[in-house]
Amino acid sequence: MTASSIADNPPPPQDVRSPVSGKAVRPGDRIFLGLSRGSGIALLVIMAAIAVFLTYRSVLAISGDKADFLTTFDWNATGTEPKFGIAVLAFGTVVSSVIAMLIAVPVAVGIALFISHYAPRRLASPLGYVIDLLAAVPSIVYGLWGALFLVPHLSGLYSWLDDYLGWTGIFSYSQGAARSLFTVGILLAIMILPIVTSVSREVFLQVPRMHEEAALALGATRWEVIRMSVLPFGRSGVISASMLGLGRALGETMAVATVLSPSFLISASLLDPGGGTFAQNIASKFSEADQFGQDALIASGLVLFVITLLVNGAARLIIARRKEYSGAAA
Amino acid sequence: MSVVTDRRTVANGRNPLPVSLKQARLPRWTPPVLALVAVGAGCGIGLAAGLDSTIQWGLIAALLFIAGSFVLSAAVEGVRQAKDRLATSLVWVAFLLAVVPLASLLWETVARGSKVLDGYFLSHSMGTLPDAMPGGGIYHAIIGTLEQVGLATLIAAPVGLLTAIYLVEYGRGRLAKAVTFFVDVMTGIPSIVAGLFVLSVWILILGFGPSGFAGSMALAILMMPVVVRSTEEMLKLVPNELREASLALGVPKWRTILKVVLPTSIGGITTGVMLAIARITGETAPVLLLVWGAKTINNNPFEDAQQSLPLYVFQQWQQGSEASYDRAWAAALVLIAFVMILNLVARGIARWKAPQHAGR
Repeated sequence: MTASSIADNPPPPQDVRSPVSGKAVRPGDRIFLGLSRGSGIALLVIMAAIAVFLTYRSVLAISGDKADFLTTFDWNATGTEPKFGIAVLAFGTVVSSVIAMLIAVPVAVGIALFISHYAPRRLASPLGYVIDLLAAVPSIVYGLWGALFLVPHLSGLYSWLDDYLGWTGIFSYSQGAARSLFTVGILLAIMILPIVTSVSREVFLQVPRMHEEAALALGATRWEVIRMSVLPFGRSGVISASMLGLGRALGETMAVATVLSPSFLISASLLDPGGGTFAQNIASKFSEADQFGQDALIASGLVLFVITLLVNGAARLIIARRKEYSGAAA
Repeated sequence: MSVVTDRRTVANGRNPLPVSLKQARLPRWTPPVLALVAVGAGCGIGLAAGLDSTIQWGLIAALLFIAGSFVLSAAVEGVRQAKDRLATSLVWVAFLLAVVPLASLLWETVARGSKVLDGYFLSHSMGTLPDAMPGGGIYHAIIGTLEQVGLATLIAAPVGLLTAIYLVEYGRGRLAKAVTFFVDVMTGIPSIVAGLFVLSVWILILGFGPSGFAGSMALAILMMPVVVRSTEEMLKLVPNELREASLALGVPKWRTILKVVLPTSIGGITTGVMLAIARITGETAPVLLLVWGAKTINNNPFEDAQQSLPLYVFQQWQQGSEASYDRAWAAALVLIAFVMILNLVARGIARWKAPQHAGR
């Protein structure tokens, strides 16, 4: 094929390369391609299996549920009349995560700005390093710290909030251990701070130097530079960082299980103990669950799975739309 | 032309030109002096009002400082500069606000954890010791953690590595796109959901009991996407010229990958795998569902319940006695130390190997 085609007219470059890089002709190449493609497919199979098996066990559980799965304020998955529902769990999960976001995102943006624009140069890169290290602290350690250190120290703040804001109903607090959804929110905020900070910092550092210098040359103060060139550039990065943090907060198990004193009531007060989250409920109800009870917990886990998928999917979409910031995710 | 003259006359009308070029600024020593005054006033007000919490004193001082610098700057330098100072103060407050809890977390863990942490603690299991009694140790938990994390790495690292190689070296078309998307999705799976998945298949459907291996499978699911992501980034850094040079010499593609691409990026890949190991070492939820925890040493990860460090912390916390709290803190300290050392070594390798990438 080669000799005659060269004589007739010059062959297209693909033809020359094809014996080497085209179809895998050597057995070694074929095996290696098979292995690596197989691993990719295995990953897809695992994801599919997670969805399929969780759904299968959930259908078993929900069909045996004698109450409405979505609106019931109870979790009693044992005995002949199992009644359980996710209303309280969904409420607690959303509320605690929203509190965490409200606290963590402004603070994290502040720290990210501090590291990228305010801190002395020599301090900035070690600080970024420390933040990355803190992101690696296991959640159970946060949980232990939250339960044994944070909870006793919060009752003073809560009585103060009750004195001045108790009339709102949201901040009313009766004395006792501060094992409430609000405490969980604070702890989750502390936990997701490092990850939100480090992603935001990466984005802020990518702001084109020219933009900042142009603003400075026009006589802008440092804050005006940040407001006019850094924040607009970093907005989508901050949003996706927050969504990643939200995904973590939604699925966090141990920190919530150690701090919260769970109950199956929705109360208007966020400071009073009570409530629950999906992950916390699974962890604390698991040891006493029989097989049907475990299926019921799997059903609630499926709901959590779907919620986190939606949140993470949204974050990825935002990153993908502004591709130039995606280096931050690494 | 006329515009320029207009502006000059306006500028000249207010005050002479040379003066208007320089804006009035607060002297450099203002912020520290103001901070001192604010701290003094905060303490004074705190004492006078009989507030017993020193945190409140600090808050009053911080508020006084922020308000004071804003007003002073607005009066002397103008509103724009005042806003700038306000933003600077707020950024500093955000930073201090975050440092306090994180420093407290590390300090509490080290201070309370070092109380019972010694050679005995590291080399003994709980055995038949009653929960409220002091003594006992974490040997069984260390063994369990090492075995579970090791098995998880054995499963996840090759799959993750090969997937990343597929995505970078071969991946074109829909399959590669789907894999990329689902790796992203997998990164966000809550650890407890991974645990529930293995529970539903391995224990509820296949009928196996709890074991370290069941936990490893869940940990592997959590680890795979992290390994894929980091390896992918590293492989992309390998310059195409290296691959092309090797292929041009007639080396088969698989040997090019094994002998050229992987050795070039091995430092970064090692870092990624170690960071992934550090991440799954701290996971508690799947271990709680699948390994259950034990008080005695079980060296066999394929049969019967085992212990692991994070789960040990949780169970000791649940016991709720002083002695068990001490043990929980000590185990937490060991866990943090382990994770931090892994992190530091991993980042050290990354830094040590980094010039090689940049140089080529």
